[in-house]
Amino acid sequence: MYRSNVLVCGGTGCTSSNSLQIAQTLKDELKKQGLDKEVNVITTGCFGLCALGPIMVVYPEGSFYSMVKVEDIPEIVEEHLLKGRIVTRLLYQETVEEDTVKSLNKTAFYAKQKRVALRNCGVIDPEKIDDYIAQDGYAALGKVLTEMTREEVIQTMLDSGLRGRGGAGFPTGLKWKFAAANDADQKYVCCNADEGDPGAFMDRSVLEGDPHVVLEAMAIAGYAIGASKGYIYVRAEYPIAVKRLQIAIDQAHEYGLLGDDIFGTGFNFDIQLRLGAGAFVCGEETALMTSIEGKRGEPRPRPPFPAVKGLYQKPTTLNNVETYANIPQIILKGAEWFASMGTEKSKGTKVFALGGKIEHTGLVEVPMGTTLREIVEEIGGGIPNGKKFKAAQTGGPSGGCIPAEHLDVPIDYDNLIAIGSMMGSGGLIVMDETTCMVDIAKFFLEFTVDESCGKCTPCRIGTKRLLEMLEKITKGQGTLEMIDEMEQLCYYIKANSLCGLGQTAPNPVLSTLRYFRDEYVAHVVDKKCPAGVCKDLLEYTIVKDNCMGCSLCSRKCPVGAITVTDYIPAGKKRPAFEIDHSKCIKCGACMDSCKFNAIIKG
Amino acid sequence: MQKKISSIPFQGTPEQEAQLKEVIARHKDDPGAVMPVLQEAQDIYGYLPIEVQTMIAEGLSVPVDEVYGVSTFYSQFALSPKGKYNVSVCLGTACYVKGSGDVLNKLSEELGIEAEECTNDGQFSLTACRCIGACGLAPVITINDDVYGRLTTDQIPAIIAKYKEA
Repeated sequence: MYRSNVLVCGGTGCTSSNSLQIAQTLKDELKKQGLDKEVNVITTGCFGLCALGPIMVVYPEGSFYSMVKVEDIPEIVEEHLLKGRIVTRLLYQETVEEDTVKSLNKTAFYAKQKRVALRNCGVIDPEKIDDYIAQDGYAALGKVLTEMTREEVIQTMLDSGLRGRGGAGFPTGLKWKFAAANDADQKYVCCNADEGDPGAFMDRSVLEGDPHVVLEAMAIAGYAIGASKGYIYVRAEYPIAVKRLQIAIDQAHEYGLLGDDIFGTGFNFDIQLRLGAGAFVCGEETALMTSIEGKRGEPRPRPPFPAVKGLYQKPTTLNNVETYANIPQIILKGAEWFASMGTEKSKGTKVFALGGKIEHTGLVEVPMGTTLREIVEEIGGGIPNGKKFKAAQTGGPSGGCIPAEHLDVPIDYDNLIAIGSMMGSGGLIVMDETTCMVDIAKFFLEFTVDESCGKCTPCRIGTKRLLEMLEKITKGQGTLEMIDEMEQLCYYIKANSLCGLGQTAPNPVLSTLRYFRDEYVAHVVDKKCPAGVCKDLLEYTIVKDNCMGCSLCSRKCPVGAITVTDYIPAGKKRPAFEIDHSKCIKCGACMDSCKFNAIIKG
Repeated sequence: MQKKISSIPFQGTPEQEAQLKEVIARHKDDPGAVMPVLQEAQDIYGYLPIEVQTMIAEGLSVPVDEVYGVSTFYSQFALSPKGKYNVSVCLGTACYVKGSGDVLNKLSEELGIEAEECTNDGQFSLTACRCIGACGLAPVITINDDVYGRLTTDQIPAIIAKYKEA
């Protein structure tokens, strides 16, 4: 028994800011102080509050140290762990209230969250199967195999109302029912862990923080549909997730929780990892399966659906990581428990990766039906630097931008579609007034043009044409007719593309046109970028009366466009400078260098 | 995505070839072996020149066009060698709205190469990557295994200088 447990976050965010070194230093320091038998150091998965990483929590007190540095460790060990005096100076300041330290669950970031899929993330050591078992791990698999029929399992999933968390929101139970209904000598269960949506990291956090939950749920799915083999298709860009999944698979084999004759019931199930190689289209189910087969990950027309002909032409069920992460608890706590959370048509919780212009970047899990305002303003802590909220982008390259007027819409699958966006996998990027919406649409189109697999013409050529028009608009070469033409092309691409990638690719353009048409018009008619992002539409000017004549900008200018004038502003000693707009390349170096805010852009 | 194909002559060693042969032998009977073998081959050689792809095709008894089709499809497979230091700029949405586009431009200016290129001395290569998932640190770049987060463009010259000296 240890008297104290120190949890150090080993998720990608915190690891990137050196948390593994912190854990090691902590162990060394504890040894030095002779405390290594009394204090246990555990590397866990993501706590969610990535903006404050690296994160370290000391139990039983629950002291939440944020932005920990290696240099802080000796002090924390000496003061807190040896002498029992919490180093309040280094705590997450929101947990400090005058003299007392309040529970993490009462802070704004955690208070409104409900952790179902993430319940073990930041709690257990993901590399130890015993930790998972201690949290009722594999109990659901045991229950399913020994007490439930296949039909009962599927019925439970149907009753729970769980819908796929990968984007489209198809009912999971229905998917299983279809796959179960098809007889075949071999069926497969696949897990989509190819989280390609840029700016989303929900699935990665589950894989890194609680890999066994995915294995357990896949085995349950295997039992329900009658499959004995599973594949996890995971991004190679997630090295920590890959490593922990492999460890988890090996441990589960060792414990007899994967392999032959699981729980002595005669049920066999095995899981293999397949690494994705960076193709966004592989998030589409038919493309993913083609990629597991080792080929170019191109989608194919449906029907036949994967439940009939999937991987290697056999009936297959494919679910997303977060979907799986809900399943063991639905089995243990019952369908009614799960269905009691959320809205009428969207049950349970949803994990969002909150990023962009927001105070608390991180991972949040909230009941369906929570409003965007609660997520952005309360949990997320609002926009930094006193800037104004402009839009929230959900659904990544397939989704859209939600403007301030819809901040109070309860978030669920159907409401998001109604306001022109979509749930997607859960990326939620906040944008403030300094983000140009035309530029964002262009950013996503660059992404889809890159990622379009090229198989069908509407997507391959259509997205390229869309991008060209957006480029013209951001360069000030657009016309009002072009905007209309663009809109038409969007509907054409949506209606005619083969797979989800093409069908949703125009969404970023359509939703920004719907809510921010005036910005497009400003680019086209006034030749101005209201947010000051599109370089070709900017002009840098020196406000002569503020210029101190220090000449710093003129020395920084890479093209010699800034020269001295003979105008000496009132009260100043030296003559002011000016910018020759015919030479200016709009690099912004002058504005960055000016110490007197004398240079403006617009 | 358009791939840049290197014109640098292939310089594989017999040791690398032996390693590759071992990988091929291990996967030969697996269904869908092309991708895992390409991934391991890239670990061995650092990139996938046509010579390596031909060896894989022969070893696995699949047409070389199938191997080439796969290697050109996925962005992770590199057909050009990477520099000693590979600078990778995250262009995920969270990084982008926090200015990673400017970071990429600054790096390109500092190194004198465009994205997906390698400097002539083989020291630096520059790539634009999709989300690495460290959105809390946006904007983020990685140089080999080192991660630099919460970057501003004026920090770039000092970071690059560190590697130039090393």
